[in-house]
Amino acid sequence: MTAALFLAHRISAMVLALAVAVHLATILYAIRGGLTAADILARTHGNIGFFAFYSAFVAAVAFHAPIGLRNVIREWTPWRGPSLDAVLAAVAVALLVLGMRAVIAVYVA
Amino acid sequence: MMRASHRQPGYVAALLHRLSGIALAIFLPLHFLALATALNGAAALDSFLAITHAPLVKASECLLVAALATHMTLGLRILAVEFLNIRERTVAVLTGCAAAVCAVGLAFLLNVV
Amino acid sequence: MRPETLNVEVWRGGERGAFQSFTVPRRQNQTVLDVVTEIQREQDPTLAYRFACRVGMCGSCAMVVNGRPRWTCRTRVSEAAPADGALRLEPLRNFTIVKDLAVDMAQFFDKWRDAHGYFEPGARPAADFATVPPATPARQAADVAIECIGCGVCYSACDVVAWDEDYLGPAALNRAWTLVNDVRDAGQAARLAAVAGDDGCQCCHTHMSCTSFCPKAIAPTYSIAGLKRSLFWQALKGGAR
Repeated sequence: MTAALFLAHRISAMVLALAVAVHLATILYAIRGGLTAADILARTHGNIGFFAFYSAFVAAVAFHAPIGLRNVIREWTPWRGPSLDAVLAAVAVALLVLGMRAVIAVYVA
Repeated sequence: MMRASHRQPGYVAALLHRLSGIALAIFLPLHFLALATALNGAAALDSFLAITHAPLVKASECLLVAALATHMTLGLRILAVEFLNIRERTVAVLTGCAAAVCAVGLAFLLNVV
Repeated sequence: MRPETLNVEVWRGGERGAFQSFTVPRRQNQTVLDVVTEIQREQDPTLAYRFACRVGMCGSCAMVVNGRPRWTCRTRVSEAAPADGALRLEPLRNFTIVKDLAVDMAQFFDKWRDAHGYFEPGARPAADFATVPPATPARQAADVAIECIGCGVCYSACDVVAWDEDYLGPAALNRAWTLVNDVRDAGQAARLAAVAGDDGCQCCHTHMSCTSFCPKAIAPTYSIAGLKRSLFWQALKGGAR
């Protein structure tokens, strides 16, 4: 891992530390008595606070997961080099797109 | 004979950290796709959530929540070692992490069954 | 009642080879080095192994004893193979085997050089002696890591070296950290660049086997963490520029 990737990975980790703590607390609170779409959407619909929070969450994950996977693949498989970096960059974009799609979905639904 | 480095608590922690990370990375796109069914309306999300009532799914969810808690607590340990310039008592720290993961997993389990 | 004899399995050959079994008498206060020496002198003179000082100062006798890299002169048989246990002796892991228990240390020291683990005096010699108070944080950071004698135990123990043979490794990075904290050194920029790449300090995943097994009680993990911090702040400031 280069210094730049390390920077992105550790900063996204710090963001995720907060985001995951909030997310876990929310999960544990929300699942009491069963979880329905109505419950979820009542919280997130039109809620700009949640939108901003989950957008930051998605952005952090889009950096953090591919860089982490890069370490694992380089160390546990023979694959390395520009082809791996290109594929993982695509994974990052995919996570960003799918993630924002989900965030928008629960905001507008 | 297992090499001594694989019997170190730091190695076990790193392995759990790595495996939980891989599990979360695989799960995440599925999570995003599931939530995005709400684009087709609340009923679409509800019909997806219906499958989460199955016991196997609930067990998997519990494991995923545990994986998330594992990855976060062990990640906090790494951030502490790297940025706070501390000399940790590894076994004590890892025991604390394990306790936190059990607490979170149990809280989820008790509320979801 | 202590058993009379000790069974010893010793790696013979190079990368390809096999374990050969020997039996030696168990003696009071016997060290693993005593055992290897007895085998080589009394039973099989073709056995290749290294030692020098035999009193825990030089690090030449390092090898893997029952799965753990350590100094054979400082390992009592009673601790490594208690009761009727056996001994299994292998060369240090992550090194190219020369023969039997002797390994080629060249790559280890090449990485020391690649990590800039050497003092850089700069183009112009200093006009006078440097004043370095021992209690300053930088000197303290260097002092806790300075006693490394390059025995290779940490390098043998490191899982990341096993996974990525280009990784600079704990010893080289630990030495680089002591020099990063040396206020007299003039090669800091080049040194930080040397430990920053895809095989540099960021590869360390804090398994801490190096720290657990270092016979000099050095903690390369924390030295490497220091390098990570230095590079982090440098990259952050560089990005903000």
